[in-house]
Amino acid sequence: MTTTLNQPVAPATDSVQRVLSPQIGDHSLRQTLSNALIITRREMRDSFRDWRIMGPILILTLVFPALAQGATGIFIRFFEGAGATPLVDNFLPLLPMIVGFFPVSISLVIALETFVGEKERRSIEPLLSTPLTNTELYVGKTLAAMLPPLLASYVGIAIYLGGLVFGAQQWRPETELVLQILALTTAQALVMVTGAVVVSSQTTSTRAANLLASFIIIPVSLLVMLESFIMVTNNRYVLWYIIAGLVVVDIMLFVTGARIFNREELLGRQMDEINLGWAWRLFRQSFGGGAHNVIGWYRLSVFPAIRRLRGSIVVMILCMVLIFVGGFMIAQLRPDLQIPAAAASRQNVLQNLPNYIQQLGSSLGSVLNVVSQNVRVLLAATILATFSFGVMGIVLPIASFGILGFLLGQPIWSSLGLGTYLAAVVLHSLLEAPAAILAGAAALRLGSSFTRSHKDETVGQAWLAALADCAKIGIGVVIPLLIVAGIIEVYVTPILVKAALGG
Amino acid sequence: MIETEGLTKMFGDFRAVDNITLKVDAGSVFAVLGPNGAGKTTTVRMLTSILKPTSGWATVAGYDVVTQAAQVRASVGVLTEQHGLYERMRALEYLEFFGRVYAIAPAETRRRALDLMERFGLSDALNKRLGEYSKGMKQKLALVRAMLHDPLVLLLDEPTSAMDPQSAKLVRDAISELKRDKRTVILTTHNLNEAQTIADCIAVVRRGQIIAKGTFAELLQRFVGDPIMHLQLTKPLNGVASDLAGMVEVIEQGSDWLSYRTADPRVTNPAVIRRLTEHGAEVITLSQVQQSLEAIYLQIVAEDEAQHMQLREKATR
Repeated sequence: MTTTLNQPVAPATDSVQRVLSPQIGDHSLRQTLSNALIITRREMRDSFRDWRIMGPILILTLVFPALAQGATGIFIRFFEGAGATPLVDNFLPLLPMIVGFFPVSISLVIALETFVGEKERRSIEPLLSTPLTNTELYVGKTLAAMLPPLLASYVGIAIYLGGLVFGAQQWRPETELVLQILALTTAQALVMVTGAVVVSSQTTSTRAANLLASFIIIPVSLLVMLESFIMVTNNRYVLWYIIAGLVVVDIMLFVTGARIFNREELLGRQMDEINLGWAWRLFRQSFGGGAHNVIGWYRLSVFPAIRRLRGSIVVMILCMVLIFVGGFMIAQLRPDLQIPAAAASRQNVLQNLPNYIQQLGSSLGSVLNVVSQNVRVLLAATILATFSFGVMGIVLPIASFGILGFLLGQPIWSSLGLGTYLAAVVLHSLLEAPAAILAGAAALRLGSSFTRSHKDETVGQAWLAALADCAKIGIGVVIPLLIVAGIIEVYVTPILVKAALGG
Repeated sequence: MIETEGLTKMFGDFRAVDNITLKVDAGSVFAVLGPNGAGKTTTVRMLTSILKPTSGWATVAGYDVVTQAAQVRASVGVLTEQHGLYERMRALEYLEFFGRVYAIAPAETRRRALDLMERFGLSDALNKRLGEYSKGMKQKLALVRAMLHDPLVLLLDEPTSAMDPQSAKLVRDAISELKRDKRTVILTTHNLNEAQTIADCIAVVRRGQIIAKGTFAELLQRFVGDPIMHLQLTKPLNGVASDLAGMVEVIEQGSDWLSYRTADPRVTNPAVIRRLTEHGAEVITLSQVQQSLEAIYLQIVAEDEAQHMQLREKATR
């Protein structure tokens, strides 16, 4: 080993420091991408050297398509044997998508490991000490996690399709189908990677990141099942809508991931610990808001929580209007779905109204049934919102407004009169709609708390505060509104409908 | 080169760094001493623009750590407590990666990498995978990485902790050369001897605060006091000590030796020897007791602890 003592280290000749390189602090898109690719190249090289990553990728890329070929033959023989030969054409497009999905699932592992793994190995700090920006680090690592599995996925799909085209089946897929499969695979890979990078940058151990990965893999697996069902039932046009939806989710996750990723979070967190006492204290503090009586609670805790929901409330109202109009349009555009005029004559409805009222029952029990049904739906929306970045917090509460729009679009009102519709719907909806909007908005905020940046609090603290908001708005506003709406629906609405029908 | 004013960092309710104000000039080595969890690493991370200060401000190489983070990071070389190498990479490949990150021309990166690798005795391991490096080699390579872009400021966290004595000396020599080249070095260390040898200024940090700061001589004067002299005689003192008590502050004495403290040895020592000669005592040696930074550090910590306990007692009452 050569050791040269007392030899001064030669200073850099291009004065990298005295006058900083113009690339330092250049935030143009080109420079950002160029810097991100430095990270991507290094990480990809590392991935290609890791047999734990390359082994499964190679197996899933090379062996799985061959197995899928065998499975295809078995299925074709099964369908033909069962006399269901036409189903073969519906079934064949399914496997290229599955073949492509398996290698892509590896991207989840790489992405989960990407920040938190480096943190565990203590190699993240030298990287964070460089002039690279947060965006460059985020983009570079996202690309590095996505590209190797995605390339493997394309190769797997090509091998499988090659086998079908040139093998015994001689099956030539339509160009549109191939494009759909490639787009779905890419969009799903991006969803998993961006979601996993968000998880990875917010946790402190690979173990915690892997546990949280279920929030990604379960929805994506369910989506693949849905896509499979759509393919088998030969409704492939729907896949374009799914692709469009995935692109929106990709953009949303990518942007929020880039926003919430920061050096401070990565190094500031030392450990993930489940501290129920702390969580309960934080929840209770946020729920009570320091109030000493009910009026104070509304003033200090409930109303400020509603004010915090302004943005979410606007989103809910927009979605509600859209789905109402959508329901109305469907009723107009699909005569096959319209209620037959004979079944909805004024006389017929008047005849059936007593039965309906009897079924509903004008008692407190009926009110309880109506209220509990509404509460169950809103509770389910809140729970599901947590697992869907808030999306289900919108979908479930507004679904009934689509039905209301659909009903309004029916031609039957020309004979029943629009007054009947208004009598049946408007009065209790005046209370139910705000309740649904508030509950949905709170659920949306709860679910999206994972993807928002929080200035002075951790994601856990923000989530607990959003949960407390859900609870106080639910108990303080939503349930009371639903109770009054239930009373009106049971005791007042039938009378109004009867009066509107002239009965 | 480095300046901070009231630099504070809070993690929730915990005050990790509390109101740190310091100024480190170009071409000087500033050592930060303190127990684990004292706030040394958090301070370094704020000076590298990784963590944002909760309050106060800091400039490094003339750049603000909050508003000019990229420029700060480009001007600073950091050796982290853990070497943090990519173990599947080869040394040269690793340095070339960081060269690209720091926007250095490839040929220049290679030249600097080879130069520094040779300087730290790593030339033979250029193409070895970093996973195969020994702990000391990894530490040296991490230092090479920190110096690769020829930064004006180096923040070195325990630079010699995993090294054998020869390698540690190489690193200390390198730090001295950096100082000669007008680079500024902040050194956090538990190795007090190292700090005493190479630092121009030493700060002791506890509970996020600088509790003492100054040159070694200043700290010595402030916390240990006047120099202590040790006197060895040929035969027992026989009451000589009481005679000297009016001239110097006798600290300790044995049958044929004594230690005394004096503010001005140049005046006091000849007078002491004269008095001893008058009493017929023969002096074998008269020497100044060497104080180590360790003694100063322990004294500083003990004083701070006592002060802290007093404050806690007051608060409890």
